[in-house]
Amino acid sequence: MTHTHEHVFDDRTPGVEEHEPTASYLSYTVGLGLAILATIASFVVSQTELLWPPGIPVGLIVLAFAQIGVHLVFFLHLGSGPDSTNNILALAFGVLIVFLIITGSVWIIANLNSNMMPMSVH
Amino acid sequence: MTIAAIDRTPTAVPTELARGRGGGGPATKRVVVAYGFWIFILSDMVMFSALFAAYAVLRGNTADGPTGAELFNLRNVFIETMCLLLSSYTCGLGALSAERRHPERFLIFAACTFVLGAAFLVIEATEFARMVEIGAGPSRSGFLSAFFTLVGMHGLHVTSGLIALVYLVAQVMAKGLRAAVLRRLLCWSLFWHALDIVWVGVFTLVYLMGD
Repeated sequence: MTHTHEHVFDDRTPGVEEHEPTASYLSYTVGLGLAILATIASFVVSQTELLWPPGIPVGLIVLAFAQIGVHLVFFLHLGSGPDSTNNILALAFGVLIVFLIITGSVWIIANLNSNMMPMSVH
Repeated sequence: MTIAAIDRTPTAVPTELARGRGGGGPATKRVVVAYGFWIFILSDMVMFSALFAAYAVLRGNTADGPTGAELFNLRNVFIETMCLLLSSYTCGLGALSAERRHPERFLIFAACTFVLGAAFLVIEATEFARMVEIGAGPSRSGFLSAFFTLVGMHGLHVTSGLIALVYLVAQVMAKGLRAAVLRRLLCWSLFWHALDIVWVGVFTLVYLMGD
């Protein structure tokens, strides 16, 4: 492992900043394949009765999360490597805030809606 | 020379002493720059989450106007999705070609990315124009206000991404693939991939669940 890394660094043009050879054409292609599968599955699930109809929104949300995961791993290269640790922590915080804003808003407004005085339809 | 000398050491240290976990010396500039840009992207996501929340809350308030099911054309949405997904792919390949010092390959992939992104924008703008024309503009109902704000904000991001891409390609042609340009390219590709992630949320929540 150490030897291959050294070889990679030795191979570099002098004066050029170093970088980690994490990505490859293959990983992008695998990511594209998985993302296309998830997209097609979402459109099919929403347009057919393949899933039990009341479960369709849940199925769509699951597929969306799966596709976001594929994008994060294969396109944005978030992994378990040492250089990703800080990015993953920041992402976890971001996900927490996004979750609080969306579910909090939906929850509060749904409550307000159901407690509202009945209005006459004009 | 010095960079290469510094570099050889950390590959030999055990993982618990690796950079980013407190050992092995400071992280490289590339890692620090990408981290800073990642924080920006996450804050952008927080802004989008507010727009998503507004849409989720207002989606039923159509004020007796047209609903999503009447307005949305899922065939176009699918084409838009594929355009953006493929442009994300070519953007990744372009960034990789640049890192591997293949400027001509980078230019080809950058051109593909631009064309696919522009195709996405053209389809979206045509849809918006059609909706405004039939009286379903942003002022028609709360649902449409939230729709145009959310989807329009994503479209604005794509537009600014395309402008930045032109600027970056000009930099690559004028300055070559030097380290600073490569870092900007890395940030740009993070931005573009992040826009694709936002679009996954848009087509799921707005188009598929609203149909």
